[in-house]
Amino acid sequence: MGFIRRLNDIPREEYFAPGHAFCAGCGITSIIRMVLKAYEGPKIIVNATGCMEVASTLYPRTAWKVPWIHSAFENAAATAAGIEAAFKILNRKYGYNKKVHVIAFGGDGGTFDIGIQALSGALERGHNFTYICYDNEAYMNTGIQRSGATPMGAATTTSPAGRVIPGKPQGKKDLVFIAAFHKIPYVATLNPAFMQDMYNKLVKASQIEGPKFLHYYTPCPTGWRFDTSHSIKIARLAVQTRFFPLYEIERGKLRITVDIKKPKPLEEYLKLQGRFRHLLDPKNKHIVDALKEEIERNWQRLKMLSQLDFIY
Amino acid sequence: MADDLKTWRELPVAMIVDQPGNTVEVETGTWRALRPVLDPSKCIKCLICWVYCPDLAIERLEDDSVKINYYYCKGCGICAEECPTKAIQMVEEGV
Repeated sequence: MGFIRRLNDIPREEYFAPGHAFCAGCGITSIIRMVLKAYEGPKIIVNATGCMEVASTLYPRTAWKVPWIHSAFENAAATAAGIEAAFKILNRKYGYNKKVHVIAFGGDGGTFDIGIQALSGALERGHNFTYICYDNEAYMNTGIQRSGATPMGAATTTSPAGRVIPGKPQGKKDLVFIAAFHKIPYVATLNPAFMQDMYNKLVKASQIEGPKFLHYYTPCPTGWRFDTSHSIKIARLAVQTRFFPLYEIERGKLRITVDIKKPKPLEEYLKLQGRFRHLLDPKNKHIVDALKEEIERNWQRLKMLSQLDFIY
Repeated sequence: MADDLKTWRELPVAMIVDQPGNTVEVETGTWRALRPVLDPSKCIKCLICWVYCPDLAIERLEDDSVKINYYYCKGCGICAEECPTKAIQMVEEGV
């Protein structure tokens, strides 16, 4: 099928079964379904510990209809690299030459914090695989602890908003650029609210040889404390406020895929979520200002980089 | 459920699950507090609900119209929120 223009072009076949245990309103299943549709042909999924692993495979059941392997928090990328290398050997020794996609999934905890060295190693060695980080901006599965991906000011159970600190004092790590500057062929950010953009990036990634890194933004009703029906609305606002810009870096060329000419005020995004509620208090205005400045600087940087012929 | 649990001697080595997609037996519709109700006359077959339903509870029919599967629907309300023609309304369960 390949690239799509409308949602109706998305293939019908499902490789992921209902009856899984994801929370109502979870954004993770969108990426699973779309990856399994967009990557044509045989595929093997490597899944680091996290929400996705726990909710999709409650023993003795599994929601996956494709080969799937669970790996620890820290080594999803290493497992994927091993599988990819094993297929190379199968080809060399026994002439098995089918193209098999190896796709690793890790949460933000398993990618930004715990799995980063295995990821860095696998990207640097140039294995032909895709690493997808589904980022819900904290360790949701273990009880909403802050991670390297938690944005500034967000309340989590280990960075609670109160008298001492106004949520997490530090900002978010830019993992997309950390991954990109391994000089890999394809890096992109994905958001479920912009489905055509997301699906076409997945198709593009599936056709590129070499390591690919995709950063998927997934709204979390449980951890961010919002109404389950607002999941996609919040994902859309994240892009519209420039909080989560959508871009891709293909062989060193950065391109903003969804250009936000007139951003919505950040408060619209913050006020829907319980984790940011304290920021609307006037005494925490400095945190909102710092967030806005960070967003603005990030956007200006992307804009400038998108004008260059290559950034690496 | 408890009756058909196997002992460790009967389970496959390495805890492999040898039936892909066997969560289909699990009824997650019992989680639901709000029930989505579809008005087919307002449906424009855009498939937004089918794409966004986290529980795969929206069935895509041959002509791209949709049907809600209440066996799996957890009642999150994304379909009603995102539907461009408001063809899906959330009503309280059990009223």
